[in-house]
Amino acid sequence: MSFDLLATLAKTALWMALLLQVTPIMVWVERRGSAMIQDRLGPNRVGPFGLFQSLADAVKFLCKEDITPVEADKFMHGLAPVLALIPALTTFVVIPFGPDVTVLGHRVPLVVAGAETGVLLLLALASLGVYSLVMAGYSSNNKYSMLGAVRASAQLISYELALTLAVLAVLMPVGSFELNEVVRYQQGSFFGLLPRWNVIPQFIGFLVFVVAAFAETNRLPFDLPEAESELVAGYHTEYSSMKFALFFMGEYMGMATLSCLAATLYLGGWHLPGLSYSGPWWWVAAQGMGVLVAKATLFLFFFVWVRWTFPRFRFDQLMRLGWKVLLPLSILNLIAVAALTVAGVL
Amino acid sequence: MTVPIFWYLAVAAALFGIGTLGVLIRRSAIMAFLSIELMLNAVNLSIVAFARSLGERTGDLAAVLDGHVLVLMVIAVAAAEAAIGLALFIAVYRRRRTIDLNRLNLMRW
Amino acid sequence: MEVAVFLLFAALVLVSALVVVLHRNPIYAVMSLVVTLVSIAVLFVLLGAPFLAAIQVLVYTGAIVVLFLFVIMLLNVSGDGSTAFGLQKIVAAGAAVGFSTLLLVLFWGRFEGLPLPPLEEADVALRPLARALLGTYLLPFEMVGLLLLAAVTAATVLARRADREKT
Repeated sequence: MSFDLLATLAKTALWMALLLQVTPIMVWVERRGSAMIQDRLGPNRVGPFGLFQSLADAVKFLCKEDITPVEADKFMHGLAPVLALIPALTTFVVIPFGPDVTVLGHRVPLVVAGAETGVLLLLALASLGVYSLVMAGYSSNNKYSMLGAVRASAQLISYELALTLAVLAVLMPVGSFELNEVVRYQQGSFFGLLPRWNVIPQFIGFLVFVVAAFAETNRLPFDLPEAESELVAGYHTEYSSMKFALFFMGEYMGMATLSCLAATLYLGGWHLPGLSYSGPWWWVAAQGMGVLVAKATLFLFFFVWVRWTFPRFRFDQLMRLGWKVLLPLSILNLIAVAALTVAGVL
Repeated sequence: MTVPIFWYLAVAAALFGIGTLGVLIRRSAIMAFLSIELMLNAVNLSIVAFARSLGERTGDLAAVLDGHVLVLMVIAVAAAEAAIGLALFIAVYRRRRTIDLNRLNLMRW
Repeated sequence: MEVAVFLLFAALVLVSALVVVLHRNPIYAVMSLVVTLVSIAVLFVLLGAPFLAAIQVLVYTGAIVVLFLFVIMLLNVSGDGSTAFGLQKIVAAGAAVGFSTLLLVLFWGRFEGLPLPPLEEADVALRPLARALLGTYLLPFEMVGLLLLAAVTAATVLARRADREKT
């Protein structure tokens, strides 16, 4: 087995290990965080601070009965939750977590796939997520599921436009699809004071990206596909046990990947001014990953914070926001960035 | 060992044949339309293969890029075609309550 | 390695395309089309066109096919039923096989035995493609943009529920 292949496998394993932690930790953060915001205690019985609550939840999920509705399309009903994990488990490959390092005389880039198509690949893989929702809604043979799936797909493809245009505006001054180039571009500072992060010159793009990210991950205030008060639980109404847990995990992992992407595009990624990124390769990798995870954690907490603060939108409001506010805003942002890039300011 | 160019073209040819079959035997307009998408993709595949082969033989990168640009155009036109085609189906369905190609026979005599 | 990947995805392309054409349930047909399109994207990568592969997945499977799904669910085209009567089916199959064979023979005569050398770094660079698309082919590029705008307008007009239409 070649060294490159081994290195790739090792990097993938590292990402997987981290991503699989996201769901249990986020469930705990979500429950305790919501309790904090609502001035109550939340789960605090299992382990210190209720930290092992997620473990108990996992056991509960495994022990529950797995029900497939009689009239359901069995094949698709089983396939949909598995498909939900595909975008979550593939999109991380283009996100870099450090500079190139030298391991045993081999040069190893700290990104699983340093493809030149970079972000484009990520967006393409993420766009496949809509099929699992449609499959779940269709195969359940249930009106609530169906309505949830139609809403979800409409929402996903509407907000994907704004998201893509916001990402495009970031890539324009960089001149590359590669996320490592984006990170490199953001090193340095404005006036020697502020870090040269994209969030400062492209604040509008950042806002559009964050709002669209909420819609893409079906999080409140945009969780219309599963609006409990109208649709029971939307496309996963008919799911129970581990199949339901898979949707759940897909959602949280999608949030984590989008948070990493947001951190890379707008907050300088793995780079933090002041850190030298020198020393043995494992120390560099640990620094890069640590910084990236810390920045992504900010976003993840923001997701939770917003969820327990804002009420849900109505579907027509959601569509209006997407098409009449975010899309024009992102186009304006794109034009402004293009003009500034041509003028040589950015 | 690399894959010879003919294999790609064989896949494209077979795919085009399958698309033709679909257009001829499906009665639902949408299904026929899906089959047309298959044919378009077969053509795209063969264009990319041709471009690669031409680029290798002439050593001219521009030839390859011509092919790639052409495929991009085909994809864009396919998107436009899908939007209009599907809108047409919706309009037809509103009036006739069906998009069965055998029953849309107003133009027949 | 490359041959194995090619064989796997070429087989996937053909099998899933057959499912698209032959499956009675339109939702299955569309889902199968997704498999075909993604497999073709993999073949694009093997042919040294990673950008086209990404665009194929992003535009085709991410947008166009979703549109198909939407319309199918909207019009409730459940169960296409029997596709056509016997004779027509046989003639159609004959025509399809005949046409494919014709193409194969033509390709065989022209391209059989031509090897493809392995890809090099320069073959898959994006910058030259960008220069071609926004330089040499700027006018067609803009025209495609105009075409898309026209298509969006036309689709909106066509699909809009006409209020004063007598039904």
